[in-house]
Amino acid sequence: MEGIEDDVGHVPLLEAEEEEEEGRRPLRLRGSYLGIFGSTVFLVSMAALIIYQGHDYYDEAKIENKGNNNNNYNKVPRGVAEGVSAKSNSFLSETTPYNWTNAMLSWQRTAFHFQPERNWMNDPNGPLFHKGWYHLFYQYNPFSAVWGNITWGHAVSRDLIHWLYLPEAIVRDMWFDINGAWSGSATLLPGGEIVMLYTGYTHQQVQVQNLAYPADASDPLLLNWVKYAKNPVMVPPPGIGPNDFRDPTTAWFGPDNKWTLTLGSMLNDSGLSLVYKTTDFINYELNDHFLHVVPGTGMWECVDFYPVSINGSVGLDTSANGPGVKHVLKASLDDTKLDYYAIGTYFIENDTWIPDDPDLDVGIGLRLDYGKYYASKSFYDQNKQRRVLWGWINESDSEVADITKGWASLQTIPRTVLYDKKTGTNLLQWPVEEIESLRLSSHEFKELLVKPGTVVPLHIGPATQLDIIAEFEIELLGSEGIVNNVEGCGVGAVERSAFGPFGILAIANDQLSELTPIYFRLSNYGNGTSTTTTTTTTSTSFCVDETRSSKAPDVSKQVFGSKVPVLNDEKLSLRVLVDHSIIESFAQGGRTVISSRVYPTEAIYGAARLFLFNNATDINIKASLKIWQLNSAFIRPFPFHDTQ
Amino acid sequence: MTSLPSITLGDEKLIESTCRQTPNFNLCVQSLKSFPGSATADVRGLGLIMVKVMQSKANDAINKIRELQRSAPSPALTSCASKYNAIVVGDIPEANEAFSKGMPKFAENGANDAANEATFCENGFNGRSPLTQQNNAMRDVAAITAAIARQLL
Repeated sequence: MEGIEDDVGHVPLLEAEEEEEEGRRPLRLRGSYLGIFGSTVFLVSMAALIIYQGHDYYDEAKIENKGNNNNNYNKVPRGVAEGVSAKSNSFLSETTPYNWTNAMLSWQRTAFHFQPERNWMNDPNGPLFHKGWYHLFYQYNPFSAVWGNITWGHAVSRDLIHWLYLPEAIVRDMWFDINGAWSGSATLLPGGEIVMLYTGYTHQQVQVQNLAYPADASDPLLLNWVKYAKNPVMVPPPGIGPNDFRDPTTAWFGPDNKWTLTLGSMLNDSGLSLVYKTTDFINYELNDHFLHVVPGTGMWECVDFYPVSINGSVGLDTSANGPGVKHVLKASLDDTKLDYYAIGTYFIENDTWIPDDPDLDVGIGLRLDYGKYYASKSFYDQNKQRRVLWGWINESDSEVADITKGWASLQTIPRTVLYDKKTGTNLLQWPVEEIESLRLSSHEFKELLVKPGTVVPLHIGPATQLDIIAEFEIELLGSEGIVNNVEGCGVGAVERSAFGPFGILAIANDQLSELTPIYFRLSNYGNGTSTTTTTTTTSTSFCVDETRSSKAPDVSKQVFGSKVPVLNDEKLSLRVLVDHSIIESFAQGGRTVISSRVYPTEAIYGAARLFLFNNATDINIKASLKIWQLNSAFIRPFPFHDTQ
Repeated sequence: MTSLPSITLGDEKLIESTCRQTPNFNLCVQSLKSFPGSATADVRGLGLIMVKVMQSKANDAINKIRELQRSAPSPALTSCASKYNAIVVGDIPEANEAFSKGMPKFAENGANDAANEATFCENGFNGRSPLTQQNNAMRDVAAITAAIARQLL
């Protein structure tokens, strides 16, 4: 390290900026030579980022592809918009065996996302609020870190953040669920009763719907559940396959004085939603027409159907209806493992629904989350008058790793859902406000200038548990009206274009050998004051690039993202929750959301850092951020033994 | 010796039409026909049979690994041992339960993961693998199994 003293002050990109602009918050790394050395490494790494664009995992995968004869399974991970399940791709970029250490695997466990102590979890089930407690149930394997032996796990919380594990609520012990106690939903009746409808897989291998209810409704913890003795209450109707009938929704009460609910199915590859009516939750009539059907979308799992206020300020009870209300229909597509939603109109007279825009119909339009996300389910939280959305986040690593570390899957931080009245086309999702109770210290940065091709470290201390709120302003360089034809996420953050990518690098190490860019890319940018001739529409894409999130070859590393509507009077804004191996990213107040799993081998514990970056060629970025350290939620078993 | 004509035309058609939608028609047909019961199985039953074939290929690989661990141990071999352990402990039971319990998407997950693990095992030897035959066999039957699961979605 002899040359370090010569290098003091020589961090060209950062130092130059500091000298040019007075009164600007200094970025210089103070103190240690290691810091200066590190800055030089940043510079070199950034040069590598820019110049040696070809050498990233995407290209390595392509090289592998050429070298193999059997190309059936040596596929390059399917790119940008599709986000196909990790388990259906091969990702073969390295040739040396990768050995996960206990330190690396332990680090992956999250601090404030719901996950059981061990083993496998999938769909969230029956969320509800009752007598002061939020309840979450979930598909759970008590024995293994892969799917199987599914029962209903159960946990409670006062605030949707601090969860306490309870014993399993529903196990597979009757002929009507012996082969599976699968997903379902709760309906809260006006008198305070709770009914739970869930899908059972019978001893004869037929999917049916079963009724269960709390053994003791005065028990705030709802520990024990009773199954209706004459289950099932719904069986596949004629014409519907025995394996195409599952995931009943919360019911809503209508002017016909009946409860209506829906569940997904399919006919000839058309996904659809069946409608049932009941007065007692024991006897049901099937409507002769579907709530909705969309050809070519395959089986609809985990259908969700609920009203939203077009005023956009509060959540609505599932039974709400009226002139100021639209209805959201959502389905999880079995074929593609993606969650889609559409906003439309519910015709309660005949229980049908049509989307506002048929081009954005269920299964072909907008997705709730453009990352690793599935089987979402919402509920109406009568405690705070909001609609809250849960989503299942599977692992993107190998099952070897899951079995070794002993667990698999997370739930998102619960999100409020509102109709975006500004665009009228999107929902807005946002982490519930209770997450702010985890906030510890914060750092604030105002208008940090990030020039093209630079990386700016943010000195915030530990960088594995963060709540980041950022805004970006753009300064056009060079001539105006430049049209650049790179749209969308591209192959990732290494792909430079005039107006992107720029954003933050999360779970990144000093050497930038592992990093996860979260970024915007604009297709165009004009200076409004002097150029009014531009007729091309600017599109903004919001993306997360996992391709360099880890050096490990046996994890899925995709680029996820989508276009996000940005209105003229809006700055580009994002919020990011970083929690070890999960990153949840929200653009424009939650108009577009991306959940991402990362499994770094080096950027872990104290080596993880946070940076700003600007890899665009024709714009400066000015970033303002507020960043909080987040505490653990200390999710643990319910303290039954405490005398408190 | 002549083999018994054990499959009627109707049943053969299901095996064939199922196998046509997999990456390796010949291997698929041969694997299925070698198991009793394939003649009368539905597509889900064929999936379950392929899981048994996967089990058998995994056992072959594990036996070979054990043999090699005595004569030529290496880190790559140890890594393969843990990968095949995961296949046997995780992927195969998952695929088995998923086919029998009518949740084929998890059978696809398990089978795809098994194919990946076999590939990573093979890659770990940097071109000088002593397990190529076993890894290829595992990968090929797992890919067929995953394709059958997809047909049930």
